Amino acid sequence: MIQLDVTLYPQEIDPAGKRDPQAISTADYQKLIRDALDDLFPDVTDRRERRELMALLSPGATDLLRAKVMADPSLIGQRVIIDVPFSDDLDQLAKGRIDAESETATRRVTDKQIEWFQRLEQRGLVRQAFNTTLFTAGDSRSPELAGIWGSLVGTFWTMLITMAIAFPLAIGAAIYLEEFAPKNRWTAMIEVNINNLAAVPSIVFGLLGLAVFLNFFGLPRSAPLVGGLVLALMTLPIIIIASRAALKAVPPSIREAALGVGASQVQTVFHHVVPLAMPGMLTGAILGMAHALGETAPLLMIGMVAFIVDIPGGPLDPATVMPVQIYLWADAPERAFVERSSAAIVILLGFLILMNLIAVMLRKRFERKW
Amino acid sequence: MQLLILVLTLIVLSVIGFYLGRSRAVATSAGRTGHCIRSPGYYGWYVALWCALPALLVFVGWLAFEPEILRAILIDSLPQSARELPPERLSLLLNDVRSLASGNVLSRAADPELQAAAERYIGTLRISRWALFAAVLALAIGGLLWARSRVAPRFRARNRVEQVITVFLIASSIVAILTTVGIVLSLVFEAARFFVRVPLGDFLFGLQWSPQMALRSDQVGAAGAFGAVPLFVGTLLIAFIAMCVAMPVGLLSAIYMAEYAHPKFRAVAKPLLEILAGIPTVVYGFFAALTVAPFFRNTGAELGLSISSESALAAGVVMGIMIIPFVSSLSDDVITAVPQSMREGSYGLGATQSETIRRVIIPAALPGIIGGFLLAISRAIGETMIVVMAAGLAANLTANPFEAVTTVTVQIATLLVGDQEFDSPKTLAAFALGLVLFCVTLVLNIIALRIVTKYREQYE
Repeated sequence: MIQLDVTLYPQEIDPAGKRDPQAISTADYQKLIRDALDDLFPDVTDRRERRELMALLSPGATDLLRAKVMADPSLIGQRVIIDVPFSDDLDQLAKGRIDAESETATRRVTDKQIEWFQRLEQRGLVRQAFNTTLFTAGDSRSPELAGIWGSLVGTFWTMLITMAIAFPLAIGAAIYLEEFAPKNRWTAMIEVNINNLAAVPSIVFGLLGLAVFLNFFGLPRSAPLVGGLVLALMTLPIIIIASRAALKAVPPSIREAALGVGASQVQTVFHHVVPLAMPGMLTGAILGMAHALGETAPLLMIGMVAFIVDIPGGPLDPATVMPVQIYLWADAPERAFVERSSAAIVILLGFLILMNLIAVMLRKRFERKW
Repeated sequence: MQLLILVLTLIVLSVIGFYLGRSRAVATSAGRTGHCIRSPGYYGWYVALWCALPALLVFVGWLAFEPEILRAILIDSLPQSARELPPERLSLLLNDVRSLASGNVLSRAADPELQAAAERYIGTLRISRWALFAAVLALAIGGLLWARSRVAPRFRARNRVEQVITVFLIASSIVAILTTVGIVLSLVFEAARFFVRVPLGDFLFGLQWSPQMALRSDQVGAAGAFGAVPLFVGTLLIAFIAMCVAMPVGLLSAIYMAEYAHPKFRAVAKPLLEILAGIPTVVYGFFAALTVAPFFRNTGAELGLSISSESALAAGVVMGIMIIPFVSSLSDDVITAVPQSMREGSYGLGATQSETIRRVIIPAALPGIIGGFLLAISRAIGETMIVVMAAGLAANLTANPFEAVTTVTVQIATLLVGDQEFDSPKTLAAFALGLVLFCVTLVLNIIALRIVTKYREQYE
């Protein structure tokens, strides 16, 4: 996982002294941090060099300091010690991903920055810490401030919509085709159609979503609602096929017994066949959802690749989902995003393996030999 | 928020309807023998459905048509000068009014006229919402009362409820058809608009692909070339490399699992393979772009080969790895479906196990295996994320696996990501490519499914 190197350094805080939250929140924390850095490196005076010095730290440092002061105004006037993350390039340097011996032109940190960093290290101000912003923040341009929480919430809304649409429709279709449909050309066509739909490339569903949901119905771009609709259409055939297999596995004797004691066909199916087939259907549904959870390509088409910092609050807010976030980070030029995307992949795979395990266990637990 | 309250009210009303219907059914049948006694629940359902369904239909229909009607009213209320604006300007103005009404940031300063329009808009919206509220509630309560009045011992509620259920089931299976129709229509319409500008022959047989449309007419490559042959070649090249990896490994592992492996090993390996099949393609793409491609490039450099960092080889090999579980499980199903009697017949004639597999089982399973391969090829052709991340964008017409090639799916993705206008050939080209992709995979799938089902019938 990602470790971020954090400097520990003393800091003098001294805003106007009125303790008014408005004033505190608008105080120039950047200057405070710059002063603190100047204390550490009194020999740096040149303007350009000072800017380089400031670039050691993450741009989130000021927000961090502000949050700390806002939380506890009594700190004002005291020296406090805060942990501030380094900027992503320095972080990579600390981890040895950037070779200090290599050509100056080919690396992203300057000679001076390396020297300052080594001085900080000698003074024991550098330490490694677990960067929890990964779990709490939305996307960001700076790797050390970026997190997956935004995309997790987006994934949640998208999956909710997918499930709400795909599950009832798929089960309804499976029940109809397996239990009620007369065997004629019409139903044969539906069957062939569903089998083909299951093998249509996912990106084509993205094109469908773009042309129908966005252009024809005018739904908002980047919204989990549209993503959920597209993924629901995509997972529908998968769940239908699995549910039909589960229904087929229920022996005909059950149906005949129910019909024999006077149940109607609907009663037979809903009171006897469906409960027995439910574990199999649920397994299919979970596998379908796992499939939808990992899907990226169709969502690229409907604009869920946008750079979204805010945490989405509902299915109509612009959002992105985990796999798309991974794709975005993997494509980002900053080296440190590789670690972020690796971390996001680990989390995504964790979810997927969990879902698959549940499906396998369900199948094991309820598997029956008739 | 308002709408949510409405939906919740509707649900509550339906629940009340259910209990009202049921209790009335019990009450009216007290002391008599009728249909009610056996199943009062159906009467409850009957009332609840009558309460919820018509109201819900009106609700959805209202929300679907509301924006159009509001727009018409809004345009009507605007001054004459505004109404005569060209359509784009008019829609911009309407957007401004709407965002002013919802308290968002405007694209310009709000003048009093705009303010007035926004207020009128809010007014109509409020009227519309209240009317919706009233209509839905009236329908729900009316439906409830009417259905409740019909509850009587002679009335067969169950049949009605079952009819509704059947209609729902039929409707859900029609969604699958509608999806296909939607895919075909959207692809065909947009592609037709593309082929109006770029002739079909140029698209299918042209050797130049450079979809960048110039902003000025005197720029280099201003015309934009839409010859898709380099894309088809690239796609086939990557699919070919993928199949070179996936076919042998998948088939051999299937043979091992089906014929040699201990049942215990099989019980562990099968779910593991399934999990492997469930890994998202974006993860494979990450793996391809950051691990496999640099590895190939470095190895190539040591061997004196120049391998591009976005080589077809890396994308193809990783795609092959992705398809292995797919090929393996399809082949495994086919091989285990070969009847035991054929194996025993072969053993009885003195063949060894490997002879049996080579001479009897594989030939018997061959149609099914080939069907599986075809499905795998269609998968490889339609796969997007691996190639988007690991293969390049340069449309080279080459069969050299060490060079960068691009594929149909990569081009669709790059042409359509980001904002785009819907009348440039550049965006429409994506739909034309999508149509080709859809047709090719469809044909492959139909052939494969036909082979597999034919084969299955042979042994059943």
